[in-house]
Amino acid sequence: MTTDQSETVRTGTDVVLEARGVTKHFPLRRTARDLFARKRRSVHAVDDVSLRLRRGTVTALVGESGSGKSTVARLLAQLHPLTSGEIRLGGEPVVAGRGRSFRRYVRRVQLIFQDPFASLNPVHTVRYHLTRALKIHGRAGNGDKELERALTDLLNRVQLTPPHQYLDKFPHELSGGQRQRVAIARALGADPQVLLADEPVSMLDVSIRLGVLNLLRDLKERLHLAILYITHDIASARYFADTTLVMYAGRIVEGGDSETVTQRPAHPYTQLLIASAPDPDRIVAEEEQEETGTGEPPSLIAPPAGCRFHPRCPKAMERCRTELPPRFDLADGQWAACWLYEGVGARSYENEGTGTRASAAGKEASR
Amino acid sequence: MSAEPVLTISGLNVDYGTDERAVHALRDIDLTLHRGEVLGLAGESGSGKSTLAYAVTRLLQPPGVITGGDVHYHRPGGDRLDILSLSPEQLRAFRWQELSIVFQGAMNSLNPVHTVHSQLTDVLKAHRPDLKKAQRTYRAEELLSLVGISADRLAAYPHQLSGGMRQRVMIAMALALEPEIVIMDEPTTALDVVMQRQILRRLVQLREQLNFSVVFITHDISLLIEFSDRIAIMYGGRIVEEAGAAEIYRDPRHPYSDGLLHSFPALHGPRRELTGIPGSPPHLSAMPAGCAFHPRCGKAFEPCDVRVPLLAAPALSPTEDRRTVACHLHA
Repeated sequence: MTTDQSETVRTGTDVVLEARGVTKHFPLRRTARDLFARKRRSVHAVDDVSLRLRRGTVTALVGESGSGKSTVARLLAQLHPLTSGEIRLGGEPVVAGRGRSFRRYVRRVQLIFQDPFASLNPVHTVRYHLTRALKIHGRAGNGDKELERALTDLLNRVQLTPPHQYLDKFPHELSGGQRQRVAIARALGADPQVLLADEPVSMLDVSIRLGVLNLLRDLKERLHLAILYITHDIASARYFADTTLVMYAGRIVEGGDSETVTQRPAHPYTQLLIASAPDPDRIVAEEEQEETGTGEPPSLIAPPAGCRFHPRCPKAMERCRTELPPRFDLADGQWAACWLYEGVGARSYENEGTGTRASAAGKEASR
Repeated sequence: MSAEPVLTISGLNVDYGTDERAVHALRDIDLTLHRGEVLGLAGESGSGKSTLAYAVTRLLQPPGVITGGDVHYHRPGGDRLDILSLSPEQLRAFRWQELSIVFQGAMNSLNPVHTVHSQLTDVLKAHRPDLKKAQRTYRAEELLSLVGISADRLAAYPHQLSGGMRQRVMIAMALALEPEIVIMDEPTTALDVVMQRQILRRLVQLREQLNFSVVFITHDISLLIEFSDRIAIMYGGRIVEEAGAAEIYRDPRHPYSDGLLHSFPALHGPRRELTGIPGSPPHLSAMPAGCAFHPRCGKAFEPCDVRVPLLAAPALSPTEDRRTVACHLHA
């Protein structure tokens, strides 16, 4: 426990990568009618997202498909230009274009993709993939001997041992888990400070997912990496991540310590997400449950005014339809972008004890 | 729940290929589906669970061949139907009428150039030729409302519906003729958890109304435990354990079942360090000798790599006649 605490103190200021008010709108092709009406329509994929990735911690970004979580990863990797907002690496705002500045950026921020079947080139060996990463980032050393040592180091790090058994294999000779480990090794070839992992285990067989997650956690601890873990599975976020952010329709709606967010979800959307996750312990209670899940995520071309969750929200108030809720800070570093928590400051929370926070706040709101 | 069987599979074997290089995708499958029951079929990719669904419905494409075993369907009256020896005409009458299937990625099995209406009424046209056009439309509307879609979406094309709605249309179609058995092969894998729960909850309600039986195939065992009555767990083309959902959850007997249950982080309760299962699932063309799971099994001992364990009631508790396990630990 004490080591945990000292670590948070030590890493408290160690923000490596930060997004401030990042927004991304993808323009749509204009139809004749749009031209006529002089409209420019766009998909509001990501709106006003701010997050911080700290050294030696895992931050999970949880959301349904289409919520914009992968776009956030791509923006952080500088694969798309931002519509507005800024990305800071080590405290400095960066805009990596193409060429040198981009390469300098990816040396420090690496992306791991969802599908290891598609992200490795089928006609090249593991050796080729890793050598290329090492050479591009200038870490191949001088001569064959140093290169060989760097390669074995990388494979040892991702627990593909003994390394010589894997070096000359082609991707099709490896299982899904081994392929994803090679993809991780390739990312580590750049010796990055930040790993952006976009659903790194959802394509893998269930029995080997945890092996890969445990590996990533081990790497985080040994190499002091900042990891962004993007997932749709909130239970795995609880297992793997220190901090969890919940995204809905392009906006982050709740954030905080993973344990707090999953055990005491504040935002009605997070509550819905948790109520919907498969849970074997619920066999009995199924009857008593109210119908929570209704509706579908909104279109991002014309997102709802106010809170984007209000058309599905069981606790929606008049205000939710018109005004966008800001972040309201709750206890223990948790926050939620929901009008239910207006005026329910962190201090008044602590007085309420452990009662369910949503119902308490609901009463507050209806008064 | 009545213990009356509606589908019995015995000694089913399926190979891909016919020469000596053929791979054995299913071996000696014995399985019984009872009336009104949800039977969960869990396993990783390559364990043979989809092959089983295809073999039972005679939808197996070459090079897949059924090399042995029987599949019997029991009509409510009591007479048996040997599915594997049905003629093509009998098979056409049997499918949809008595047994229907919702495919993996069913969202993409709708024809993009036809409306929901024409696809829903097509099955009625083929199987209920005496229905009038207006009656068919009425039935199609009824089916849509059954799965919670408003009837005005009948005229929509598949691309105008969301993924969850398309999936529900597929379920409506599978229920069109009120079959006795619905096989669902990963029906919700491509959907979000919120939509997944909505659809499954609807399915459970429908089952109570219409009293059909469901074979529910998925790799997500925590979902199965919640939604099915009994669970059969497959590994390397064999069933390794079969028991009630609650029994599997509380007290898994096969080390693989145990490993699978410990591969899903829990949302509640204490945060535990989980390990998953070391190694990776075997390839069908290079199946280990003896028990297929022994190279990954922490409890393997000397007969495991030689003899294949048979599916039988666990030796230490023979009174539990409703559960079976294929493991030398319990033989």
